Amino acid sequence: MTLRLPLLLVATLALGACTGDGPLDAHAADTTAPTSASPAFAPPPESAIPQGPYGDMVRLGREIFLHTRANAPGYVGNGLACVNCHLDAGRLADSAPLWGAYGMYPQYRKKNRHVNSYGERLQGCFRYSMNGKAPPLDDKVIVALETYSFWMAQGAPLGRKLQGAGYPDVPAPARPADYARGQAVFQRDCALCHGADGQGQKVAGAYVFPPLWGSDSFNWGAGMHELDKAAAFIKANMPLGRGGLLSDQEAWDVAMFMDAHERPQDPRFNGDLAATRKAFHDTPMSLYGRRVNGHLLGAQPAH
Amino acid sequence: MSVGLGLIGRVLGGALFAGAWPLLAHATSAQALVSQGNGRGAPPCQSCHGADGAGQAAAGFPRLAGLDAAYLARQLADYAGGTRADAVMQPIARALSGDERQAVAAYYGRLPMPTIRQAPRPAANGPGATLATRGRWSRRLPACEQCHGPGGVGVGPHFPPLAGQPAAYIQAQLKAWRRGTRRNDPLQLMQHVSRALSDGDMAAVAQWFAAQPLPARSGGR
Repeated sequence: MTLRLPLLLVATLALGACTGDGPLDAHAADTTAPTSASPAFAPPPESAIPQGPYGDMVRLGREIFLHTRANAPGYVGNGLACVNCHLDAGRLADSAPLWGAYGMYPQYRKKNRHVNSYGERLQGCFRYSMNGKAPPLDDKVIVALETYSFWMAQGAPLGRKLQGAGYPDVPAPARPADYARGQAVFQRDCALCHGADGQGQKVAGAYVFPPLWGSDSFNWGAGMHELDKAAAFIKANMPLGRGGLLSDQEAWDVAMFMDAHERPQDPRFNGDLAATRKAFHDTPMSLYGRRVNGHLLGAQPAH
Repeated sequence: MSVGLGLIGRVLGGALFAGAWPLLAHATSAQALVSQGNGRGAPPCQSCHGADGAGQAAAGFPRLAGLDAAYLARQLADYAGGTRADAVMQPIARALSGDERQAVAAYYGRLPMPTIRQAPRPAANGPGATLATRGRWSRRLPACEQCHGPGGVGVGPHFPPLAGQPAAYIQAQLKAWRRGTRRNDPLQLMQHVSRALSDGDMAAVAQWFAAQPLPARSGGR
Protein backbone atom coordinates (compact mmCIF):
# COMPACT_ATOMS: atom_id res chain seq x y z
CA MET A 1 0.00 0.00 0.00
CA THR A 2 1.61 2.99 -1.04
CA LEU A 3 0.33 5.82 0.74
CA ARG A 4 1.25 8.94 -0.68
CA LEU A 5 1.19 10.98 2.37
CA PRO A 6 -0.12 13.99 0.85
CA LEU A 7 -0.30 16.95 2.72
CA LEU A 8 -0.23 16.96 6.13
CA LEU A 9 -0.78 20.25 6.89
CA VAL A 10 -1.69 20.33 10.12
CA ALA A 11 -1.41 23.33 11.54
CA THR A 12 -0.77 26.03 9.55
CA LEU A 13 0.86 28.20 11.53
CA ALA A 14 1.71 28.96 14.68
CA LEU A 15 2.60 32.27 15.42
CA GLY A 16 4.51 35.15 15.01
CA ALA A 17 7.96 35.93 14.64
CA CYS A 18 8.39 38.31 17.29
CA THR A 19 8.79 41.60 15.71
CA GLY A 20 10.43 43.17 12.91
CA ASP A 21 13.52 42.51 11.07
CA GLY A 22 16.23 40.63 12.92
CA PRO A 23 17.08 37.03 12.43
CA LEU A 24 15.13 36.16 15.48
CA ASP A 25 12.17 36.53 13.26
CA ALA A 26 11.88 36.06 9.68
CA HIS A 27 14.79 37.76 8.14
CA ALA A 28 18.31 38.64 8.75
CA ALA A 29 19.49 42.11 9.29
CA ASP A 30 19.47 44.45 6.36
CA THR A 31 23.19 44.30 5.92
CA THR A 32 23.57 40.58 6.11
CA ALA A 33 21.68 39.06 3.27
CA PRO A 34 22.13 35.31 3.15
CA THR A 35 24.76 34.11 0.76
CA SER A 36 26.03 30.77 -0.34
CA ALA A 37 28.95 31.47 1.93
CA SER A 38 26.73 31.36 5.00
CA PRO A 39 28.50 29.08 7.46
CA ALA A 40 26.79 25.96 8.70
CA PHE A 41 26.31 25.53 12.42
CA ALA A 42 24.79 22.99 14.75
CA PRO A 43 23.96 23.78 18.36
CA PRO A 44 25.29 21.54 21.13
CA PRO A 45 23.02 18.73 22.33
CA GLU A 46 20.90 19.48 25.37
CA SER A 47 22.73 16.74 27.21
CA ALA A 48 25.75 19.05 27.14
CA ILE A 49 24.11 21.67 29.35
CA PRO A 50 26.42 21.75 32.36
CA GLN A 51 25.53 21.30 36.00
CA GLY A 52 25.75 24.28 38.32
CA PRO A 53 24.34 27.79 38.37
CA TYR A 54 25.18 28.56 34.73
CA GLY A 55 23.54 25.36 33.51
CA ASP A 56 20.56 26.08 35.75
CA MET A 57 20.10 29.43 34.01
CA VAL A 58 20.35 27.76 30.59
CA ARG A 59 17.66 25.30 31.63
CA LEU A 60 15.47 28.07 32.98
CA GLY A 61 15.76 29.83 29.63
CA ARG A 62 14.71 26.65 27.88
CA GLU A 63 11.70 26.25 30.16
CA ILE A 64 10.66 29.86 29.57
CA PHE A 65 10.98 29.22 25.86
CA LEU A 66 8.84 26.08 25.98
CA HIS A 67 6.26 27.15 28.57
CA THR A 68 6.34 30.88 28.39
CA ARG A 69 3.26 31.85 30.33
CA ALA A 70 4.01 29.50 33.20
CA ASN A 71 7.63 30.61 33.51
CA ALA A 72 7.39 34.30 32.68
CA PRO A 73 4.18 35.25 34.46
CA GLY A 74 3.30 38.89 34.20
CA TYR A 75 5.00 39.37 30.86
CA VAL A 76 2.73 37.29 28.63
CA GLY A 77 -0.58 38.68 27.46
CA ASN A 78 -1.82 35.96 25.14
CA GLY A 79 -1.95 32.21 24.64
CA LEU A 80 1.33 31.81 22.81
CA ALA A 81 4.75 30.46 23.71
CA CYS A 82 8.13 31.21 22.15
CA VAL A 83 8.31 27.65 20.80
CA ASN A 84 5.20 28.16 18.68
CA CYS A 85 7.27 30.06 16.12
CA HIS A 86 10.74 28.82 17.00
CA LEU A 87 10.35 25.06 16.85
CA ASP A 88 12.26 22.48 18.86
CA ALA A 89 12.84 24.88 21.73
CA GLY A 90 14.51 27.38 19.41
CA ARG A 91 16.95 24.84 17.97
CA LEU A 92 15.47 24.04 14.56
CA ALA A 93 17.11 25.45 11.43
CA ASP A 94 14.79 27.53 9.22
CA SER A 95 12.58 28.12 12.23
CA ALA A 96 14.36 31.28 13.40
CA PRO A 97 16.67 29.37 15.76
CA LEU A 98 18.20 31.21 18.70
CA TRP A 99 21.69 30.19 17.61
CA GLY A 100 21.12 32.04 14.36
CA ALA A 101 20.00 35.20 16.12
CA TYR A 102 22.30 35.55 19.09
CA GLY A 103 25.47 36.45 17.22
CA MET A 104 23.71 39.11 15.12
CA TYR A 105 23.28 41.55 18.00
CA PRO A 106 23.79 44.39 18.80
CA GLN A 107 22.16 45.42 15.56
CA TYR A 108 20.57 48.53 14.08
CA ARG A 109 16.88 47.90 13.46
CA LYS A 110 14.63 49.89 11.21
CA LYS A 111 11.75 48.88 13.42
CA ASN A 112 12.79 51.28 16.14
CA ARG A 113 15.61 53.14 14.44
CA HIS A 114 18.37 52.51 16.89
CA VAL A 115 20.93 49.90 17.80
CA ASN A 116 19.30 47.10 19.75
CA SER A 117 20.99 44.75 22.16
CA TYR A 118 19.92 41.12 22.09
CA GLY A 119 18.07 41.76 25.33
CA GLU A 120 16.10 44.59 23.78
CA ARG A 121 15.28 42.33 20.87
CA LEU A 122 13.87 39.77 23.31
CA GLN A 123 11.84 42.53 24.97
CA GLY A 124 10.22 43.16 21.60
CA CYS A 125 9.05 39.54 21.47
CA PHE A 126 7.20 40.00 24.74
CA ARG A 127 5.71 43.33 23.76
CA TYR A 128 4.45 42.27 20.34
CA SER A 129 4.43 38.54 19.70
CA MET A 130 3.42 37.73 23.27
CA ASN A 131 1.17 40.80 23.45
CA GLY A 132 2.52 41.39 26.93
CA LYS A 133 4.97 43.56 28.81
CA ALA A 134 8.69 43.81 28.21
CA PRO A 135 10.64 42.39 31.15
CA PRO A 136 13.37 44.75 32.38
CA LEU A 137 16.73 43.96 30.83
CA ASP A 138 18.09 42.74 34.14
CA ASP A 139 15.02 40.64 34.87
CA LYS A 140 15.69 36.95 35.32
CA VAL A 141 13.45 36.19 32.34
CA ILE A 142 15.69 38.13 29.97
CA VAL A 143 18.88 36.90 31.61
CA ALA A 144 17.71 33.29 31.30
CA LEU A 145 16.71 33.65 27.64
CA GLU A 146 20.02 35.36 26.86
CA THR A 147 21.92 32.63 28.68
CA TYR A 148 20.03 29.90 26.84
CA SER A 149 20.74 31.62 23.50
CA PHE A 150 24.40 32.18 24.33
CA TRP A 151 24.82 28.55 25.31
CA MET A 152 23.16 27.38 22.11
CA ALA A 153 25.29 29.67 19.94
CA GLN A 154 28.63 28.72 21.45
CA GLY A 155 31.21 28.31 18.71
CA ALA A 156 29.16 30.13 16.06
CA PRO A 157 30.83 33.03 14.26
CA LEU A 158 29.73 36.49 15.34
CA GLY A 159 27.98 38.85 12.96
CA ARG A 160 27.48 36.40 10.11
CA LYS A 161 24.20 35.01 8.97
CA LEU A 162 24.34 31.25 9.43
CA GLN A 163 22.67 28.66 7.25
CA GLY A 164 19.25 28.00 8.72
CA ALA A 165 19.00 31.34 10.53
CA GLY A 166 15.64 33.09 10.31
CA TYR A 167 12.98 31.69 8.01
CA PRO A 168 13.90 31.11 4.37
CA ASP A 169 12.37 33.67 2.04
CA VAL A 170 9.57 32.41 -0.15
CA PRO A 171 9.72 33.83 -3.68
CA ALA A 172 7.00 36.31 -4.52
CA PRO A 173 3.97 34.39 -5.74
CA ALA A 174 2.88 34.25 -9.34
CA ARG A 175 -0.52 35.62 -8.35
CA PRO A 176 -1.10 38.15 -5.57
CA ALA A 177 -1.88 36.48 -2.26
CA ASP A 178 -5.60 35.82 -2.10
CA TYR A 179 -7.93 35.56 0.88
CA ALA A 180 -10.36 33.08 -0.64
CA ARG A 181 -7.65 30.72 -1.84
CA GLY A 182 -5.95 31.06 1.53
CA GLN A 183 -9.17 30.20 3.28
CA ALA A 184 -9.42 27.01 1.25
CA VAL A 185 -5.86 26.06 2.20
CA PHE A 186 -6.64 26.84 5.82
CA GLN A 187 -9.72 24.67 5.89
CA ARG A 188 -7.95 21.81 4.17
CA ASP A 189 -4.68 21.76 6.04
CA CYS A 190 -4.75 23.98 9.12
CA ALA A 191 -8.18 23.83 10.73
CA LEU A 192 -7.61 20.31 12.01
CA CYS A 193 -5.29 21.68 14.68
CA HIS A 194 -5.89 25.43 14.80
CA GLY A 195 -9.67 25.04 14.63
CA ALA A 196 -12.11 26.15 11.97
CA ASP A 197 -12.16 29.54 13.67
CA GLY A 198 -8.37 29.77 13.96
CA GLN A 199 -8.59 29.99 17.73
CA GLY A 200 -6.47 26.95 18.48
CA GLN A 201 -7.39 24.16 20.85
CA LYS A 202 -6.94 23.97 24.60
CA VAL A 203 -6.67 21.23 27.18
CA ALA A 204 -7.30 22.06 30.82
CA GLY A 205 -7.22 25.76 30.07
CA ALA A 206 -3.88 25.75 28.27
CA TYR A 207 -3.37 25.93 24.53
CA VAL A 208 -2.08 22.83 22.78
CA PHE A 209 -2.55 24.37 19.33
CA PRO A 210 -2.01 28.13 19.27
CA PRO A 211 -4.58 30.70 18.20
CA LEU A 212 -3.68 32.43 14.94
CA TRP A 213 -5.67 35.60 15.40
CA GLY A 214 -8.01 37.14 17.95
CA SER A 215 -7.40 38.23 21.51
CA ASP A 216 -5.05 35.39 22.48
CA SER A 217 -2.75 35.71 19.48
CA PHE A 218 0.14 38.02 18.54
CA ASN A 219 -0.67 41.69 18.15
CA TRP A 220 -0.49 44.03 15.16
CA GLY A 221 3.07 44.96 16.04
CA ALA A 222 4.45 41.41 15.71
CA GLY A 223 6.56 40.48 12.71
CA MET A 224 4.31 37.53 11.94
CA HIS A 225 1.54 39.91 10.93
CA GLU A 226 3.60 40.73 7.82
CA LEU A 227 2.81 38.54 4.85
CA ASP A 228 6.34 37.69 3.80
CA LYS A 229 7.35 36.63 7.29
CA ALA A 230 4.23 34.56 7.80
CA ALA A 231 4.57 32.92 4.40
CA ALA A 232 8.21 32.11 5.18
CA PHE A 233 7.39 30.55 8.54
CA ILE A 234 4.48 28.58 7.14
CA LYS A 235 6.31 27.31 4.10
CA ALA A 236 9.26 26.04 6.09
CA ASN A 237 7.48 24.74 9.16
CA MET A 238 3.81 23.97 8.62
CA PRO A 239 2.17 21.52 8.79
CA LEU A 240 4.02 20.67 11.94
CA GLY A 241 6.73 18.18 11.06
CA ARG A 242 5.99 18.42 7.33
CA GLY A 243 7.44 21.77 6.41
CA GLY A 244 7.83 22.42 2.71
CA LEU A 245 4.69 20.64 1.62
CA LEU A 246 2.72 23.75 0.70
CA SER A 247 3.47 25.38 -2.60
CA ASP A 248 4.87 28.89 -2.49
CA GLN A 249 1.53 30.20 -3.69
CA GLU A 250 -0.37 28.30 -1.01
CA ALA A 251 1.97 29.62 1.68
CA TRP A 252 1.40 33.22 0.60
CA ASP A 253 -2.35 32.71 0.26
CA VAL A 254 -2.82 31.16 3.67
CA ALA A 255 -0.52 33.75 5.25
CA MET A 256 -2.75 36.43 3.77
CA PHE A 257 -5.84 34.67 5.12
CA MET A 258 -4.36 34.50 8.60
CA ASP A 259 -3.10 38.07 8.61
CA ALA A 260 -6.39 39.49 7.32
CA HIS A 261 -8.04 38.80 10.68
CA GLU A 262 -8.24 41.08 13.68
CA ARG A 263 -5.77 40.72 16.52
CA PRO A 264 -4.78 42.86 19.50
CA GLN A 265 -3.82 46.45 18.79
CA ASP A 266 -0.26 47.49 18.10
CA PRO A 267 0.89 48.93 21.44
CA ARG A 268 2.35 51.87 19.51
CA PHE A 269 -1.11 52.83 18.22
CA ASN A 270 -1.39 56.58 18.52
CA GLY A 271 -5.15 56.96 18.16
CA ASP A 272 -5.08 57.31 14.38
CA LEU A 273 -5.03 54.13 12.34
CA ALA A 274 -3.72 55.68 9.15
CA ALA A 275 -1.02 57.60 10.97
CA THR A 276 0.02 54.51 12.92
CA ARG A 277 0.22 52.56 9.70
CA LYS A 278 2.32 55.28 8.15
CA ALA A 279 4.65 55.40 11.12
CA PHE A 280 5.15 51.67 11.70
CA HIS A 281 3.60 49.59 8.93
CA ASP A 282 4.34 51.44 5.73
CA THR A 283 4.88 48.31 3.68
CA PRO A 284 2.76 46.26 1.30
CA MET A 285 3.54 43.28 3.53
CA SER A 286 1.27 44.69 6.26
CA LEU A 287 -2.52 44.64 6.04
CA TYR A 288 -2.83 46.84 9.13
CA GLY A 289 -5.00 49.83 8.27
CA ARG A 290 -6.02 48.21 4.99
CA ARG A 291 -9.52 47.15 4.07
CA VAL A 292 -10.05 43.45 3.38
CA ASN A 293 -13.50 42.04 2.60
CA GLY A 294 -15.00 45.31 3.72
CA HIS A 295 -13.30 45.32 7.11
CA LEU A 296 -10.71 47.92 8.02
CA LEU A 297 -8.02 45.88 9.77
CA GLY A 298 -6.82 47.37 13.01
CA ALA A 299 -10.01 49.41 13.44
CA GLN A 300 -11.61 46.91 15.79
CA PRO A 301 -8.69 45.14 17.37
CA ALA A 302 -9.31 42.06 19.46
CA HIS A 303 -9.32 42.50 23.22
CA MET B 1 -10.26 -13.44 17.84
CA SER B 2 -8.14 -14.30 20.69
CA VAL B 3 -9.99 -12.49 23.26
CA GLY B 4 -12.15 -13.58 26.02
CA LEU B 5 -15.53 -13.25 24.51
CA GLY B 6 -16.83 -15.84 26.86
CA LEU B 7 -17.06 -13.77 29.95
CA ILE B 8 -20.58 -14.81 30.60
CA GLY B 9 -20.68 -13.61 34.13
CA ARG B 10 -19.65 -10.15 33.13
CA VAL B 11 -22.13 -10.04 30.35
CA LEU B 12 -24.96 -11.09 32.59
CA GLY B 13 -23.87 -8.62 35.19
CA GLY B 14 -23.87 -5.91 32.59
CA ALA B 15 -27.31 -6.89 31.42
CA LEU B 16 -28.69 -6.66 34.91
CA PHE B 17 -27.01 -3.33 35.34
CA ALA B 18 -28.60 -2.16 32.14
CA GLY B 19 -32.03 -3.18 33.25
CA ALA B 20 -31.61 -1.29 36.45
CA TRP B 21 -30.67 1.91 34.72
CA PRO B 22 -33.70 3.90 33.72
CA LEU B 23 -32.39 5.92 30.81
CA LEU B 24 -33.75 6.93 27.48
CA ALA B 25 -34.58 4.16 25.07
CA HIS B 26 -31.58 5.14 22.97
CA ALA B 27 -29.25 4.87 25.91
CA THR B 28 -30.79 1.59 26.99
CA SER B 29 -30.18 0.16 23.59
CA ALA B 30 -26.56 1.24 23.74
CA GLN B 31 -26.35 -0.43 27.14
CA ALA B 32 -27.73 -3.60 25.64
CA LEU B 33 -25.24 -3.51 22.80
CA VAL B 34 -22.40 -3.06 25.21
CA SER B 35 -23.53 -5.78 27.56
CA GLN B 36 -25.23 -8.27 25.23
CA GLY B 37 -24.24 -7.49 21.68
CA ASN B 38 -26.80 -7.07 18.95
CA GLY B 39 -27.56 -10.71 18.15
CA ARG B 40 -26.46 -10.19 14.58
CA GLY B 41 -22.79 -10.91 14.92
CA ALA B 42 -21.64 -8.09 17.18
CA PRO B 43 -20.58 -9.49 20.55
CA PRO B 44 -20.88 -7.44 23.73
CA CYS B 45 -18.31 -4.63 23.68
CA GLN B 46 -17.65 -5.07 27.35
CA SER B 47 -16.34 -8.59 26.95
CA CYS B 48 -13.09 -7.02 25.78
CA HIS B 49 -13.32 -3.36 26.70
CA GLY B 50 -14.83 -3.93 30.13
CA ALA B 51 -18.09 -2.89 31.70
CA ASP B 52 -16.41 0.29 32.88
CA GLY B 53 -14.76 0.83 29.49
CA ALA B 54 -11.29 0.53 30.99
CA GLY B 55 -10.02 -2.01 28.45
CA GLN B 56 -7.59 -4.77 29.35
CA ALA B 57 -3.97 -3.79 29.50
CA ALA B 58 -2.56 -7.32 29.43
CA ALA B 59 -4.44 -8.16 26.24
CA GLY B 60 -3.84 -4.77 24.63
CA PHE B 61 -7.53 -3.84 24.50
CA PRO B 62 -7.80 -0.07 24.74
CA ARG B 63 -9.76 2.04 27.14
CA LEU B 64 -12.87 3.53 25.58
CA ALA B 65 -14.43 5.23 28.59
CA GLY B 66 -14.23 8.98 28.37
CA LEU B 67 -12.89 9.09 24.83
CA ASP B 68 -14.39 11.63 22.47
CA ALA B 69 -17.60 10.15 21.08
CA ALA B 70 -17.01 11.51 17.59
CA TYR B 71 -13.58 9.91 17.57
CA LEU B 72 -15.02 6.55 18.63
CA ALA B 73 -17.79 6.70 16.05
CA ARG B 74 -15.32 7.47 13.31
CA GLN B 75 -13.12 4.55 14.30
CA LEU B 76 -16.07 2.18 14.05
CA ALA B 77 -16.96 3.61 10.65
CA ASP B 78 -13.37 3.26 9.52
CA TYR B 79 -13.16 -0.34 10.70
CA ALA B 80 -16.29 -1.02 8.70
CA GLY B 81 -14.98 0.86 5.71
CA GLY B 82 -11.55 -0.77 5.82
CA THR B 83 -9.26 2.21 6.40
CA ARG B 84 -8.56 0.79 9.84
CA ALA B 85 -7.89 -2.89 9.21
CA ASP B 86 -8.20 -5.22 12.17
CA ALA B 87 -9.18 -8.90 12.22
CA VAL B 88 -11.20 -8.56 15.42
CA MET B 89 -12.85 -5.17 15.08
CA GLN B 90 -13.71 -5.12 11.38
CA PRO B 91 -16.34 -7.88 11.50
CA ILE B 92 -17.79 -6.38 14.66
CA ALA B 93 -18.06 -2.90 13.20
CA ARG B 94 -19.62 -4.32 10.04
CA ALA B 95 -22.18 -6.17 12.12
CA LEU B 96 -23.30 -2.90 13.71
CA SER B 97 -25.68 -0.52 11.99
CA GLY B 98 -24.73 3.11 11.66
CA ASP B 99 -27.11 4.00 14.47
CA GLU B 100 -25.67 1.30 16.67
CA ARG B 101 -22.14 2.59 16.10
CA GLN B 102 -23.21 6.07 17.07
CA ALA B 103 -25.00 4.75 20.12
CA VAL B 104 -22.08 2.77 21.53
CA ALA B 105 -19.68 5.63 20.76
CA ALA B 106 -21.87 8.04 22.68
CA TYR B 107 -22.24 5.52 25.48
CA TYR B 108 -18.52 5.07 26.00
CA GLY B 109 -17.87 8.76 25.53
CA ARG B 110 -20.15 9.48 28.47
CA LEU B 111 -18.66 6.93 30.85
CA PRO B 112 -16.59 8.35 33.69
CA MET B 113 -12.85 7.91 33.64
CA PRO B 114 -12.20 4.41 34.96
CA THR B 115 -9.62 3.42 37.50
CA ILE B 116 -6.73 1.66 35.88
CA ARG B 117 -3.62 0.18 37.32
CA GLN B 118 -0.77 2.43 36.34
CA ALA B 119 2.03 0.81 34.41
CA PRO B 120 5.49 1.35 35.89
CA ARG B 121 6.89 4.69 34.86
CA PRO B 122 9.93 4.63 32.58
CA ALA B 123 12.89 6.94 33.15
CA ALA B 124 12.09 10.62 32.71
CA ASN B 125 15.21 11.06 30.60
CA GLY B 126 14.73 7.92 28.50
CA PRO B 127 13.96 7.74 24.79
CA GLY B 128 10.21 7.37 25.33
CA ALA B 129 10.01 10.51 27.43
CA THR B 130 12.08 12.47 24.97
CA LEU B 131 9.98 11.46 21.97
CA ALA B 132 6.80 12.18 23.90
CA THR B 133 7.73 15.60 25.19
CA ARG B 134 10.31 16.94 22.74
CA GLY B 135 10.11 14.86 19.59
CA ARG B 136 13.06 14.24 17.34
CA TRP B 137 13.38 17.21 15.08
CA SER B 138 16.41 15.86 13.25
CA ARG B 139 13.82 13.55 11.67
CA ARG B 140 11.19 16.29 11.60
CA LEU B 141 9.28 14.51 14.30
CA PRO B 142 7.22 16.75 16.57
CA ALA B 143 6.72 15.69 20.16
CA CYS B 144 3.71 13.40 20.60
CA GLU B 145 2.37 15.87 23.17
CA GLN B 146 2.28 18.66 20.60
CA CYS B 147 -0.86 17.07 19.17
CA HIS B 148 -2.05 14.60 21.83
CA GLY B 149 -1.77 17.15 24.62
CA PRO B 150 0.31 17.36 27.79
CA GLY B 151 0.79 13.87 29.20
CA GLY B 152 -1.07 12.49 26.18
CA VAL B 153 -4.50 13.34 27.59
CA GLY B 154 -6.01 13.80 24.13
CA VAL B 155 -7.24 16.89 22.29
CA GLY B 156 -10.68 17.10 20.75
CA PRO B 157 -12.12 14.62 18.28
CA HIS B 158 -9.00 14.12 16.18
CA PHE B 159 -6.19 13.51 18.67
CA PRO B 160 -7.16 10.66 21.00
CA PRO B 161 -5.73 10.17 24.47
CA LEU B 162 -2.63 8.03 24.80
CA ALA B 163 -2.36 8.36 28.57
CA GLY B 164 -2.96 5.06 30.31
CA GLN B 165 -3.67 3.14 27.12
CA PRO B 166 -2.07 -0.31 27.08
CA ALA B 167 1.50 -0.20 25.77
CA ALA B 168 0.71 -3.16 23.53
CA TYR B 169 -2.17 -1.23 21.98
CA ILE B 170 -0.16 1.93 21.30
CA GLN B 171 2.68 -0.09 19.84
CA ALA B 172 0.33 -2.11 17.64
CA GLN B 173 -1.23 1.08 16.26
CA LEU B 174 2.15 2.61 15.45
CA LYS B 175 3.06 -0.55 13.56
CA ALA B 176 -0.28 -0.59 11.77
CA TRP B 177 0.30 2.95 10.55
CA ARG B 178 3.78 2.09 9.39
CA ARG B 179 2.49 -1.00 7.58
CA GLY B 180 -0.40 0.93 6.11
CA THR B 181 -3.09 -1.33 7.56
CA ARG B 182 -4.30 1.69 9.53
CA ARG B 183 -4.63 4.74 7.37
CA ASN B 184 -7.55 6.68 8.78
CA ASP B 185 -5.50 9.46 10.34
CA PRO B 186 -6.35 13.00 9.27
CA LEU B 187 -3.78 14.51 6.93
CA GLN B 188 -1.75 11.28 7.16
CA LEU B 189 -0.13 12.60 10.30
CA MET B 190 0.47 9.30 11.98
CA GLN B 191 1.52 7.47 8.85
CA HIS B 192 4.28 9.99 8.51
CA VAL B 193 5.26 9.87 12.16
CA SER B 194 5.34 6.08 12.25
CA ARG B 195 7.81 5.89 9.39
CA ALA B 196 10.33 7.91 11.33
CA LEU B 197 10.21 5.57 14.35
CA SER B 198 12.21 2.40 14.91
CA ASP B 199 10.70 -0.63 16.65
CA GLY B 200 12.62 0.39 19.76
CA ASP B 201 11.24 3.92 19.58
CA MET B 202 7.72 2.56 19.30
CA ALA B 203 8.15 0.34 22.33
CA ALA B 204 9.68 3.13 24.37
CA VAL B 205 7.06 5.72 23.60
CA ALA B 206 4.25 3.21 24.12
CA GLN B 207 5.58 2.35 27.55
CA TRP B 208 5.90 6.02 28.39
CA PHE B 209 2.30 6.84 27.62
CA ALA B 210 0.97 3.64 29.20
CA ALA B 211 2.42 4.92 32.46
CA GLN B 212 0.91 8.41 32.28
CA PRO B 213 -2.06 9.08 34.56
CA LEU B 214 -5.53 9.47 33.14
CA PRO B 215 -6.83 13.01 33.20
CA ALA B 216 -9.89 13.87 35.22
CA ARG B 217 -11.57 14.12 31.85
CA SER B 218 -10.18 14.08 28.34
CA GLY B 219 -11.28 16.79 26.10
CA GLY B 220 -10.88 19.47 23.57
CA ARG B 221 -10.99 23.13 23.97
